[in-house]
Amino acid sequence: MMENIISPENLVYTKTKLMTDKALSYCPGCGHGVVHRMIMETVDEMGIQDKTIGIAPVGCSVLAYDFMNVDMQQAAHGRAPALGTAIKRLMPGKYVFTYQGDGDLAAIGTAETIHCCNRGEDMVMIFINNAIYGMTGGQMAPTTLEGMPSSTSPYGRDVARMGYPLRITEMVAPLAGVYNCSRHSVHTPAAVRKLKRAIRKGFEAQADKKGLTFIEVVSNCNSGWKKTPNDANKWMEENLFPYYPIGDIKIDGKMVA
Amino acid sequence: MAKIKGTIVVDKEQCKGCEVCTTACQFKCIGMSKEVNGKGYRYAISVNDDCTGCTNCAIVCPDGVISVYRAKIDSQ
Repeated sequence: MMENIISPENLVYTKTKLMTDKALSYCPGCGHGVVHRMIMETVDEMGIQDKTIGIAPVGCSVLAYDFMNVDMQQAAHGRAPALGTAIKRLMPGKYVFTYQGDGDLAAIGTAETIHCCNRGEDMVMIFINNAIYGMTGGQMAPTTLEGMPSSTSPYGRDVARMGYPLRITEMVAPLAGVYNCSRHSVHTPAAVRKLKRAIRKGFEAQADKKGLTFIEVVSNCNSGWKKTPNDANKWMEENLFPYYPIGDIKIDGKMVA
Repeated sequence: MAKIKGTIVVDKEQCKGCEVCTTACQFKCIGMSKEVNGKGYRYAISVNDDCTGCTNCAIVCPDGVISVYRAKIDSQ
């Protein structure tokens, strides 16, 4: 009986055509794939495939240009906001988004991030925070939690010597150039749908020249954390969410109280 | 009475067996296969007929390997 249902008119969800057929290079259960797909679904629904330019970072998602079927440019480590600014100023009619991890956006590219947000460039910045340097082997990142072990802090992050985890989203939210600022996750269907709405809002704000939209996605790194994908998601809920609370921080230029 | 029935089709060669879809499904319709695919991963399979086609599994699938079909079925 179930076989009768499988026909094109009953299809309710499949991978968007804006994702290429290439197999994703990410580990099983990694949140990158979902975020890629949500960006592409938004681009698809808005019908702006030929007007969208993405900036790929350095990190696991360096190969994002292989997976997203839009124009993409790869930036030097941490310099995606600077490159995005250049593209947006030379081609103001295009939709620009940057896609960066925590090592790229919150460590080496902190200056570019803050100044780009302060200038209020009309673009969308997507920030994937997994509290670790995933690609290079799980070293400590600025966003690593207090006491969280990593390959360069095997006994846990000692805040007396290594400083405190950086909440960069809260840092950029008060800047006048930032129009929308929110923190999301991709571990449950409801969270993914919220993220998609935020991306849509960001692209629309960009079209209206309102300013920059900053979207943080708290994601997992099950290989770096040495956990199975479902355990990593559970660990993320228990440990990362108290320090990086999910929700809107600034909406339509107004801080959420 | 008409009933909503759904089913999933998994691209088993692209599935990496992360099992995130199994926890996303509220009706426990998804299990893992006994065999492995070309990459050596156990892939997601539909294990019962309780699927309503809610698309939750497909939305959280990191690799986008799940396609969801949904239809209204008149049961006499």
